[in-house]
Formats: sequence, C-alpha cells, structure tokens
Amino acid sequence: MSQHLISLPILLPMLGALVLLLSGKASERTQRQLSVAFTALLLIVCLLLLRQAASGELTFYSLGNWQAPYGIVLMLDRLSALMLSLNAVLAMGCLLFACAGEDMRGSNFHGIFQLQLMGLNGAFLTGDIFNLFVFFEILLLASYALLMHGGNKARVGAGLHYVILNVAGSALFLIALGVLYGATGTLNKADMAQRVAEMSGDQAALVTAGGLLLIVVFSLKAALLPLYFWLPRTYSAAPAPVAALFAIMTKVGLYAILRVQSLIFIDTPAASAIAGWLWWSGLATIVLAAIGVVAARDLRPLIAYLVLVSVGTLLAAAALGTPAAVTALLYYLPHTTLICGALFLIAELIGQQRGTAGTRLVRARRLHQRQLLGILFLVAAVGVVGLPPLAGSLAKLLLLQAAEGSARLWLWPLLLMAGLCALIAISRAGSVFFWASYKGEVAAGKVSRAQLAGVVWLLATAPILVVLGGPISHYAQATAEQLASPQAIIHQLLGEPPKRELVQLHPPPLGPHPGDTP
Amino acid sequence: MEALFSLVVGVLTASGIYLLLRGRTFPVIVGLALLGYAVNLFLFSSGGLHTDAAAVIGESFAPADPLPQALVLTAIVIGFAMTAFVVILAIRARGDLGSDHVDGQQGEDGDMLQ
Repeated sequence: MSQHLISLPILLPMLGALVLLLSGKASERTQRQLSVAFTALLLIVCLLLLRQAASGELTFYSLGNWQAPYGIVLMLDRLSALMLSLNAVLAMGCLLFACAGEDMRGSNFHGIFQLQLMGLNGAFLTGDIFNLFVFFEILLLASYALLMHGGNKARVGAGLHYVILNVAGSALFLIALGVLYGATGTLNKADMAQRVAEMSGDQAALVTAGGLLLIVVFSLKAALLPLYFWLPRTYSAAPAPVAALFAIMTKVGLYAILRVQSLIFIDTPAASAIAGWLWWSGLATIVLAAIGVVAARDLRPLIAYLVLVSVGTLLAAAALGTPAAVTALLYYLPHTTLICGALFLIAELIGQQRGTAGTRLVRARRLHQRQLLGILFLVAAVGVVGLPPLAGSLAKLLLLQAAEGSARLWLWPLLLMAGLCALIAISRAGSVFFWASYKGEVAAGKVSRAQLAGVVWLLATAPILVVLGGPISHYAQATAEQLASPQAIIHQLLGEPPKRELVQLHPPPLGPHPGDTP
Repeated sequence: MEALFSLVVGVLTASGIYLLLRGRTFPVIVGLALLGYAVNLFLFSSGGLHTDAAAVIGESFAPADPLPQALVLTAIVIGFAMTAFVVILAIRARGDLGSDHVDGQQGEDGDMLQ
C-alpha cells in the first residue's frame, strides 16, 4: 500500500471529481460532505507523504511499471511533499468557506474544485516534463471554470483575458518542449538533466533557448513582471474561495521554475541567464506591485498586488539560488500563500457586510460584526505585511540575511520599501473599513460558521508556522540542500551511469581481459 | 523539405501572433487556432523529419521516432478542447459585455476603431 501512496494525491481528487460530477443532482448537504471528506482524505495522504519525504527519502513511482526514462514517473522529494501539503491545507480552508453558500451559485463547484486539486497535485508530483504540461492544462481548465463560477460581467471579462493568455502560454510551452525534446531526445526531467550536462556547441544553444522559453511560460503562470498584468483583474473578479485557492496557482509557476532551474539546467550556460532574468524581473515586480498596493482603490486588487509582491520576493530569492536564499524562500512560501488566501476570504466577509460599497475603500455604513472581522483582519494584516510575531517577519529576516554582496544593495531597500508600502496600504484599508463609517448597519451578510471555520483554518497556520519555526526551517534547509544536489535524484532514478570517468579512475585489471583483442 | 516545413511553421506562427494581437475576439480565436497548428507541426518535427518511415519498429528500415506523434496527439486533443472553451467564452462575453472587443469597451455593435 505504502508504495502506491504517492499516486493517491492524483487519484483521490480524480475519484472525488468523478463522484461529485456524477452526483450533481444530489442534495447540497451530501455534495458538501463528500467534497470535504475527499479533501480531508487528501490532506491526510499529503501529510503522510510529507512525513515520508522529511526523512530525506526520494520516492519514485513508475506508472504501469514502465521504467524510467521510457515510462512516466512520479517523483516525491521534500519540495514536492511541501507543495502538496500546502495545497491540501489551503484547499481545505477554501472549501470550508465555499460551503457557506458560494458553491451553489453555479453548477458543479465541488467536482471542478477536485479537478483543480488533481491538476495541482499532478504538477507537483510528475517527474516528466510533458506530463507537467498535461497537468498544467488540467489545472488551467479547472481554473477557468472556477473563475467563471456564478459568472457576472467582471468575471467573464477577466476570464476572457486569463483564458486567451494561458492558451497562448500553452502554445509557447509546447514549442519549448519541442525544442528540448529535439535537442535531448528525452522528456524525463532527470534524464534530460543528464543529457543537458553533456551538451556542447549548437545543441547547447538550442537547449538554452528551450530552457529560457520554459521560464517565460512559467513566469506567465507565476505572474512575473512583464507577464503579470492579468493577475490583479482576474484575482479580484474571482469568487472569494476561488481567489484564495488561486493564491497557490502562482506558486505552481514558482515550483516549476525551481525544479527546472535546480534539476535540469544546474551548472549550464542557461542557468546564469535564467538567474539574471529572474533576479531583475523579480525586483521590478516587487517595485511595481508595491506601487499597485498603494494605488489600489479596492481591497481585492490590493490583495492581488500583495500576492504579486510575494511573487516578486520569492522569485528574487529563487534567482539568488544559494541554499540560504532557497531556505528563506521555502519558509516564506507556505506563510505567504496561506495568509494571502485568508485575506481574500476576509475581504469577502467585509464586503458582504458593507452593502453596495462592497470592498471599495470608501466610507460606508458600519460593519455588523466589526470586532470579529477586525481581529481577523488585524491578524491577516500583520501576517501579510511581515511584522513580528508572525512567520512573515522571520522569513523576511532569513531572506535579508541570505542576500550577499551587491544583491544586498538591491534587495534590502526594495524589500523593506515594499513592506512599508504594504503596511501603509493595509492600515489605510483597515481604518476605512473599521473606523471611517456612518452610523447604521447593514443587517445582511452575517458571518456563517462555515465561513469562519475556513478563515480561522487558514489564519491559524500563521502562529503554527512560528511555533514550529524550528522544525519547519530545518525542513526548508534540508529541502534547499536536496535541491542543490540533483545528482541524487538522477542517480536514484536512472542508476549510476556507465561513465567513462569510472574506467579512467580505476587501474586497468591485470591480465588479459576477455574482450581485449591481441 | 526542411526549408518548406520550417517556412510553413514560421508563416503559421507569424499569422497566428498577428491575429492574436487584434482587438476582437474572433480574430484572436483564429490566431490561437493558427498558433496551435504551427505548434503541432513544430512538435511533430522535433523527432526529425523522415519520409517513408513508419513509427513501428520492423515496418521500415529506419523507424521514425513515435514519441512526437504521441505528443502531437495529446496536444491536438488539449488544443481542441481549449479552442472550444474559448469560443463559448467569447460568445458569452459578447452577450454579457455587449461587445466582441476583448476589453469589452467598444459600443453596442462592437465597431473597431480603424
């Protein structure tokens, strides 16, 4: 059983999606129970996998027992286990929140939600680059449907841009795959890494082009500078639980970049080009997103820009590429994803108690449950800005320490300025929502128990990340070390390559060899 | 053959990108379709161009690489689904936004500013 455990994060949501799509006529209650049950099971499986990966063990699973590099493999290391667990935790919070009523505004929310989880988990687990494409398409198709759930004008308008951009992005992805396959003759990531390392001349140039094209595609998903303009509009138009789940969609791009950078293109000419591009566009993303945060006139775009600030920060850290920077990145990643998700949910709660003013930053009538919402907002604000005592401050500290030399000159001021901008914008938003209000309240929009459960579930992770700061940062550090030595993955998957060096290293055997010719 | 093939892929890609940058949804969708064709052809060629080589071992002297053909098949299926989705979405957007401009900002009849 335990050897098949690794396939469950894909199979379980697929089964869930099938069951839920087929039981579309079942009562609301049944659908919700089923959906929560499947997600809870997924969470358990992911935590088990996390424990398994934490020991440093690499797990491979050959589908249909076709051996790599010919067959399709799933691969679990510390990084994928971390992403899987993060995804499951986030999904649980979003799902609980959606069960308050958002799920019934359109059809088949729960089925599509499970498909989305399947796509995400598949992208985190797959060991071959074409299946990465396939799982990207699955998660994108599910995300189109979720984005348009209970559609209105804003959602359709934003959805059109999002879909067209991503279809064009998929075309680029396929071109990159074609180039890489043409040059290396393989699609398995580990095998490709091995062959890329041996390339030279024209072939190496082709591989560099293919690699950079891949990074462009992943940057589109991760919303890096020239390719982020779709994000604020899409995220602010999406239904709240979906926007919260989308907080991990940008991290899929980041995951793919980390994987490609650390496994396939490590120590190749492409690696330095990739790092250079990522570094400058990451920094520029931080700057523009910080301006966007201050300029936003509505809480939802404001949070969307906060997501962008975190994307810029994470990618700049990925560009630094040192184990210390990657450790900081991996410690920051769960915190920022979950807090941004929680903020989207809180924005919805605030909006539903302000009547027609919604989440716009204007004076409106007083919030009905201002104490409860105020506390939730305060915790999320402290978390997202990165103030002590929550994990954001620790993560930023780690990141600032990780930057060395001239990188420090750029990263320190930009990161701290972005933090300041976020602090100003979010405290302004908070004071408009909770203090600058007219008398009289909107009676509708009381926070339901399911909504509260979803928000608290996500917010509770912030203190947990601090309390368990020691073990988690150790895990992050171990992950960074594992990423820095991709040879282990290659050797374990493909076996020790029959190397010429080995022959040279050992003295030739004495006496005539059977294969020798006289 | 290589020159002709690359010319076809190049022209298709260029036309696709040109159309993709147009303002109305219909040219954009046609652009996406053309880009899809170009990408499929390109993927098909990634295993090398051969004539008279079946993708089955033993059928011909030098069998062609079967993997790109499998990849193209997958890409075609996914591309087909995506195109269908975009078409439906564009129709929906035309209805909801009252214009078939991608930004939904033109007038009722969706006239372009030429």
